[in-house]
This record gives sequence, structure tokens and C-alpha cells, in this order.
Amino acid sequence: MTTLLNVKDLRAYYGQVQALHGLSFSLSEGSLTTLLGANGAGKTTTLRAICNMVRSTGGIEFDGKPLNNRSTESIVRFGIAHVPQGRGTFTTMTVEENLQLGAITRKDSAGIVSDIERMYAHFPVLKQRHTQQAGTLSGGEQQMLAVARALMLRPRLMLLDEPSFGLAPLVVRDLFGILGKINREDKVSILVVEQNAQLALELADQAYVIETGRIVMSGNAKDIANNEEIRKSYLGY
Amino acid sequence: MSAAEDVVTEAPAIDAVPKRAMTLGTGTSLLVLAVLLIVPVFVKNFIIFQMTMLLIYGLAVLALNILTGGSGQFSLGQSAFYAVGAYTSAVLMEYFNVNYALTIPISAAVCFGFGYLFGKPALRLSGVYLALATFALATAMPQLLKLNFLEHWTGGVQGLVVTKPDAPFGLPMSQDMWLYYFSLAVVLAIYIFSVNLLRSRSGRAFMAIRDNEIAASSMGVNVALYKTLAFGVSAGITGVAGSLGAIAVQFVAPDSYTITLAISLFLGMVVGGVGWLPGSFVGAAFIIFVPNMAEGISKGLSGAVFGVLLFLVIYLVPHGARQIAILGQQLVGRLRKN
Repeated sequence: MTTLLNVKDLRAYYGQVQALHGLSFSLSEGSLTTLLGANGAGKTTTLRAICNMVRSTGGIEFDGKPLNNRSTESIVRFGIAHVPQGRGTFTTMTVEENLQLGAITRKDSAGIVSDIERMYAHFPVLKQRHTQQAGTLSGGEQQMLAVARALMLRPRLMLLDEPSFGLAPLVVRDLFGILGKINREDKVSILVVEQNAQLALELADQAYVIETGRIVMSGNAKDIANNEEIRKSYLGY
Repeated sequence: MSAAEDVVTEAPAIDAVPKRAMTLGTGTSLLVLAVLLIVPVFVKNFIIFQMTMLLIYGLAVLALNILTGGSGQFSLGQSAFYAVGAYTSAVLMEYFNVNYALTIPISAAVCFGFGYLFGKPALRLSGVYLALATFALATAMPQLLKLNFLEHWTGGVQGLVVTKPDAPFGLPMSQDMWLYYFSLAVVLAIYIFSVNLLRSRSGRAFMAIRDNEIAASSMGVNVALYKTLAFGVSAGITGVAGSLGAIAVQFVAPDSYTITLAISLFLGMVVGGVGWLPGSFVGAAFIIFVPNMAEGISKGLSGAVFGVLLFLVIYLVPHGARQIAILGQQLVGRLRKN
């Protein structure tokens, strides 16, 4: 498998405060990789650094091309879709307009129309509500909208920041089921950041554990899930 | 049953909250247009003049509405763009003998450039800070127009007198009536342009920035470009309003374009309903007629009366004319059901 995303010695800063201390990891094409860790470990910052939303140094290569020093909006054009923490819903716009915005960098209007239908097939609840103001959707529906909107880019890589946050356990299971399906059927590589380690490890094939801005553990998701020592000391279950 | 279908059973369908429309329906729009076309035939010249001013201020409020309601940026500096438009027309007409109609696209272009350039440094500001920067622009503009080395063109404190155009092709119309229909045509064209702009890809980008700037950039929206573009478009339209205003009033002077004008326009937008384009004209009516009404109630305390009236409007209908329109629509819907 070829490497799609390669991160080397990534350091990120919020003002004077350093949040990542030389993080290195890679993600192969077609894989579903998860970054695990406690609050404040640097999971969200890692995703933000990839999209150049925080100041960072180090090497980030996507499909062999360096991403450093590019603006957030031009990184999107490489085919990297970011589902930010808190979903980033465009609250006063309709569900359908939100989906159209996900495809704002694309020029093929026919493809956009058929992709919207495809998203409605993935998430029927969005079809029911396509003329509704997106801000009035429930949390779970907004999360689905955020995922669907990111997919409208036809991304090669999707970055998901805590998709389970604030959702009912049943809804989380459904959402993760759909993510697995998207990964397998649409061949979208996924990097998912999660606090719900158990669930993320069930879904992922590769896993990294971060602690205070450094990778402390990496490997096959099954192995990490089965290693009681790691589970107890880093994942807390 | 697939995972996705499970989700549907999770959340049973409830009545959807539809998105609020930014415009009137086609039928209502045509009705309003018909009224605007017919009324001048039956009223006196002074009322026609007031209706012209209503259209012009409505256009200026509309421009602000695109900026604030569309892209979520505040401006208390619209009077500066209005002044630039007015002076562009006045100078071109009086010194270069350019036809009044031709000065309008020129002042739109000049003001677009001015607004776009002003938008560049303003990019670093948002919310109240942006409002303050535009406030500074509005305060500076009358003084800039009085500068000595510009006096040759601007006429300094004295200002410039503008010749009112006659109706063309020997049409049997008074100057006021011709100018009204001319303004109506310009305003209609810009209104249609604005509606389409907000429905286009660019309009969606504006609104995405308004709703969530960070998410917009992670969708690939060039936030800096669209924010300055919104400033440019808004300034360009305000400039057109300024040009029409200069022609209608037949006079431009620095002190006609103070911060008071900018605040009036802002008030008009709030009263009309932020983000609802037809409301701009209701808001314009408010800022033109209500001060006169207030004076009619009490000469000495007209400002206080105006304040009370404004307070009442904001307390009773905080979303402005848009709220009244929505209530009316619901009432009609209920009557139809029965």
C-alpha cells in the first residue's frame, strides 16, 4: 500500500505555547487510521496543523507533495476534507445549501447534483430535511450533515475530529457504520480523532496513541485493542 | 436494514423549520412593482421626489444588507462610499460634460475599487472592531472632501451644483417624474442582480463566511477574497445610490455625507430586517418619513419622539419588516385553510 499522508517531526504552536512536540506518523492509501489520546493530548491540533489552521513546523506530505505554507483553502483543493470539531454547520443555510458548499471547489454541476443524491442515500434523514435550516437539526443529524458535506468534495482523505462528541451511543454506532462503509466502498482514506477509543479501535485498521503532543504507541488497531497494558495505561477502559 | 436506515427510525420526522427566504415571492414582487410604476402618475411632483429618494436610500440600505446580511460584516462607513459615488457623478457631469446616465456605471466601478481596497486592511478586523474602522472612514470623508488641493474639483465647503436632466426623446414628463422612472429602472436592475448574486456560488460563499468562517475556509472558500469582494460590491451599489442621490438633489456638499447618514442607513437595515432584501426599502421609508412624523408630533422634542418610535419598533418587531411579512404570510395561509 502506498503512503498517502506522511507527517514528520510536526511541531505546532498556539502563540508561545507549544502543543505538538515532534509528532511523526503516516497513513496509507485506503486505510482508516485513528489518533487516540486524552484531553489536551494534541489530537485536534494535529488535524488543524495538517490543514494549516495553526502555526506549525515540520514536514507534511500528501501524496508526495508538501502541504506546508499553503493556505487552508488551497489544501482543500488537494482532496483533503476536514470535519472540524463542533461540526462547523452553516446554521442559517439549508441542509442542501450546506451540501452544495462542500462542493464549492468543484466545477462539475451535474456531478454535484448526483453526489447530493448519493449523500441522501447514505443519510436518508438529510433528504427528509433538505429544505430545513441546518442549525435546527439535532446534534446527530448535524454530524451526519458535516460528514456528508465533507464527502461532497469527493475527498481522497477525510479528517474527522471527534465525530462521536455529544451523540447518543446508538447514533454513534450508526455513524461509525456509515464511516466504515464510505471507507470500503468509496475508497476514501479516513483519519479519525477520537476519545471513544473502544469504538474507534473496532472500526480502524491502524491506530496511533498521542500523549502530550507526542506519539507514544502505534500499530495495528486490533493489536492495540487486545493489549491490556496499553488499554489500561493510555485508553482508560 | 442498513445502518443509514436505522438512523431514520431514530429521529421521527417533525415539522421542518424552513429557511427564511431573502426575497418576496414573484407575485408579491410584481404587485409592488406595478404600484411603483403607477402611483407617480397620480401624485404631485414633491411626492414623486420623495419616492425617488425612497428608492435611492433603499438602494443604499440594500447595499449594506448584502454586506451585513450576506457576508456578516458590519459597516458604519457607508456614507463614505455614498459620498464618493455622489462626487464622481457630480464632477463628471459638471466638469467633463458626461451624460448623467453614463456617470452611474463609472461611479459604480470607482466605488467598487474603493470598497475592495478598503476591504483589504479591514480583513484583519471583525465585529465591533470592523465597525469602528468603518466609522473612522465615515468621519474622515467630509473632511477629505474639503481638502484644499481637492477644492478645484470638489468645490470645497461650497460643494457642487448638479444640473437636473430633462426627460429624453421629448417624453411629456416632468424632470422629477423622469428621474423617478430612471431611478426605478436602475434600482430594479440592481435588485435583480443582488438576488441572483446571493443565490449564486459567490452568494453561498458569503453566507458560509457569515455563518462560520473557519468551516467556510475548510470547505475551500477563499475567505479573504470573498470578504473583500462583499465590501467591493456593497460599496459599488452604494456609489450608484450616491450618484442617483446627487442627480435627484441637484447638489453635493461634504456635510451631506456625514456619519449621520451612515447611521441612518444602518438603522434602515435593522428596521427592514437584516438579510431580507425587500426590507431595505421599508427601512428606507422609515429613515425618510419617521423623522418628519416625529417633528409633526413635537417640534422641540422631535429627536426624543423619534427615539421612542424606534424603540417601539425594535421592541415589538425585533426582526423588522421581515417579521411583519412572515406574520402576514402565516395569516394568509391560515385564512386559506379555513
